[in-house]
Amino acid sequence: MKKLSLTLVSLLALTASHVATAADYVLDIKGAHAFINFKTKHLGYSFLTGRFNTFDGKFSYDAKNIGATKITVDIDTTSIDSNHAERDKHLRGDNFLAVEEFPAAKFVSTKVTDKGEGKIEVVGNFTLHGVTKSITIDAMTIGEGKDPWGGYRAGFAGTTTINAQDYDFKAAWVGDIQLELLIEGIKQ
Amino acid sequence: MLKNTNDQFGLVSTYIHWISAVMVFGLFALGFWMVDLNYYSQWYRDAPYYHKAFGLTLFSLTLVRIIWKLNNTTPKSLGSKKVEHKLANFAHLALYGLLLLIMFSGYLISTADGRGIELFNLFTVPSMGELFANQEDLAGEVHEIAAYTIIAMVVLHVLAALKHHFINKNETIKRITKFK
Repeated sequence: MKKLSLTLVSLLALTASHVATAADYVLDIKGAHAFINFKTKHLGYSFLTGRFNTFDGKFSYDAKNIGATKITVDIDTTSIDSNHAERDKHLRGDNFLAVEEFPAAKFVSTKVTDKGEGKIEVVGNFTLHGVTKSITIDAMTIGEGKDPWGGYRAGFAGTTTINAQDYDFKAAWVGDIQLELLIEGIKQ
Repeated sequence: MLKNTNDQFGLVSTYIHWISAVMVFGLFALGFWMVDLNYYSQWYRDAPYYHKAFGLTLFSLTLVRIIWKLNNTTPKSLGSKKVEHKLANFAHLALYGLLLLIMFSGYLISTADGRGIELFNLFTVPSMGELFANQEDLAGEVHEIAAYTIIAMVVLHVLAALKHHFINKNETIKRITKFK
């Protein structure tokens, strides 16, 4: 009897802790259901887009307690892909990302605010080209639920704008760069 | 006299030699200069365009040169020191090898994503696709290092030729400078 009640108590405690703390998710990198895209103006006349092919990340999230959300994303800057090998070579070079010296970029959230109606403001430190700055990502929840293969997923989209000059790019003339994060996390 | 003899380079070898020499220096200078061009420079697009087109031209010329060399006598090495003959042979082989390495690695940079290379608006040399990961970066490193190496080899080549002309006072330079 004593044993049973102990088990019951610990079971209850487990359930309680499950409710109270947010679940941990990892970005679905294997299935490539997460994207980090960039977009910048070309000559001021048009847009150029590209993406980072290699990155990793995780977040903790609870729809009932969005303020407690934490997110970290690590980007391999050498994986930049703008659909033109010669341009990518330049973008990896000293005038732009200088990937030999700075092969990694990182985002770590510092403050997440629920703006209501699925809108979330994610403030965090973004390190790129060896410079760390606080940025604000305007994000929104897309959806969450069971997937057909026995797992549980949650997805978000977010955009922010950084400036090449703020991150000490030699090619400061690049100006504003929009970053778009489309992420899907699998509950652990 | 078009063909080589035992002690004289023929006109074909002589002209190809000197045209190649001018093109190697020209391509090196152009390449050295163009990699630092600002995006808004008016040469930003034209300089690489000519670098590639003349590079492909030099490649064709080098193929002709190699075929010609293999089907022709090579004038005998001058002087009596066997070691010098061997060194000279090795240096000449290295120059050919570096030329081909530079041209092939250059081709791999520009064709890493399936795009071909335009040759003076005449036609496009097709890409072979991406042959290995990070192709444009690795090929770029090889292209740069090999280019500096060939210039160093050329300096040795010229110094050796001048030494033979002025110190050994033999025919080395004279036999590659008969233009008619």
